[in-house]
Amino acid sequence: MKILVVDDFSTMRRIIKNLLRDLGFNNTQEADDGKTALPMLQANDFDFLVTDWNMPGMTGIELLKAVRADEKLKSMPVLMVTAEQKRDQIVEAAQAGVNGYIVKPFTAVTLKEKIDKIFERIESA
Amino acid sequence: MSEEKDSVISNATLDNARKLVDSIEGGDLDGARSIMDDIASLREMDLFCEMGKLTRELHDSLNNFKLDTKMSGLAENEIPDAKERLNHVIAMTEEAADKTLTAVETALPLSDDIKACSLELQERWSQFKDRKLSADEFRELSNDIDDFFPKISSGTVSLNALLNEILMAQGFQDLTGQIIRRVINLVHDVEEGLVDLIKMSGNQVVEKKQDDKEKGALDTTAEGPVVPGVAHTSETLDGQDDVDDLLSSLGF
Repeated sequence: MKILVVDDFSTMRRIIKNLLRDLGFNNTQEADDGKTALPMLQANDFDFLVTDWNMPGMTGIELLKAVRADEKLKSMPVLMVTAEQKRDQIVEAAQAGVNGYIVKPFTAVTLKEKIDKIFERIESA
Repeated sequence: MSEEKDSVISNATLDNARKLVDSIEGGDLDGARSIMDDIASLREMDLFCEMGKLTRELHDSLNNFKLDTKMSGLAENEIPDAKERLNHVIAMTEEAADKTLTAVETALPLSDDIKACSLELQERWSQFKDRKLSADEFRELSNDIDDFFPKISSGTVSLNALLNEILMAQGFQDLTGQIIRRVINLVHDVEEGLVDLIKMSGNQVVEKKQDDKEKGALDTTAEGPVVPGVAHTSETLDGQDDVDDLLSSLGF
């Protein structure tokens, strides 16, 4: 399973990467905003995208919409991990087709739960 | 410009003076009186111009005085300083997080190794107690146990050092807290300066509440973490549970 972790703060990318490694996902790569992430997604065979919302350049919600609009990427599961927790934002993310939404600060348990749920749903579909 | 104006005024005055002398010598007293009125009004006009100029200067310098002492100091020094301070806070917190993460990444394999070794020795030890080990196997176990003791002690020494590093890295909280407090004071000063400005411009400020947000449109601008005591512009949810509730109500 190849995972792309997108966050403008390198410390948060490290935390997420370490947590993912703990869950048995060793093949992860990083990008610092949507602008960097999108070409990486298009050029590689990532299976899963974990992204922040509030980033300079291209935000996570814009990245999510770009992924859903891309013929090759549109079915990729996307997990949002963000400090944004306005009701409207979560509605927008849901409408844009997000697969999971985690608010910071979060725990390792929450991350595992959401990832398990996403793949459960994909397998049963 | 003002010389030109002065010469216009003095020419007019000279003209009037000549006319006045002519009128008085010719015995035209009514004419003389009206010429004197003209001279007086000319003088008044000049006076009003000067007064207007003085008033404007006074007003400007009053405004500038307040702005100079407070706002210009804030704009020239304090705000750039505050930006630096906040950048420093980012750098410090990043450094602390990096230090902590590096220590954790170094410590985890150490503790994993000790755990694996002790489980393996425990397994063989219970086999020995069940009398399932041969003499050779027991000799081997005994050697492995001998090797294990220094491994534990050096491992725990390293772990202690790493834990101390994590402990020390948390010092950023104190330092960044102080910096941020200074910036909060600055923001307070800027707020006061702005209030003074608004008071100075007085009636011109029309109270206007911006409420032109379209009804029904989603407000999805990113605002960062929810900070207690800082009002958000629209409804925020209270943690992961609320988010999960909302998502499940949306069919997730």
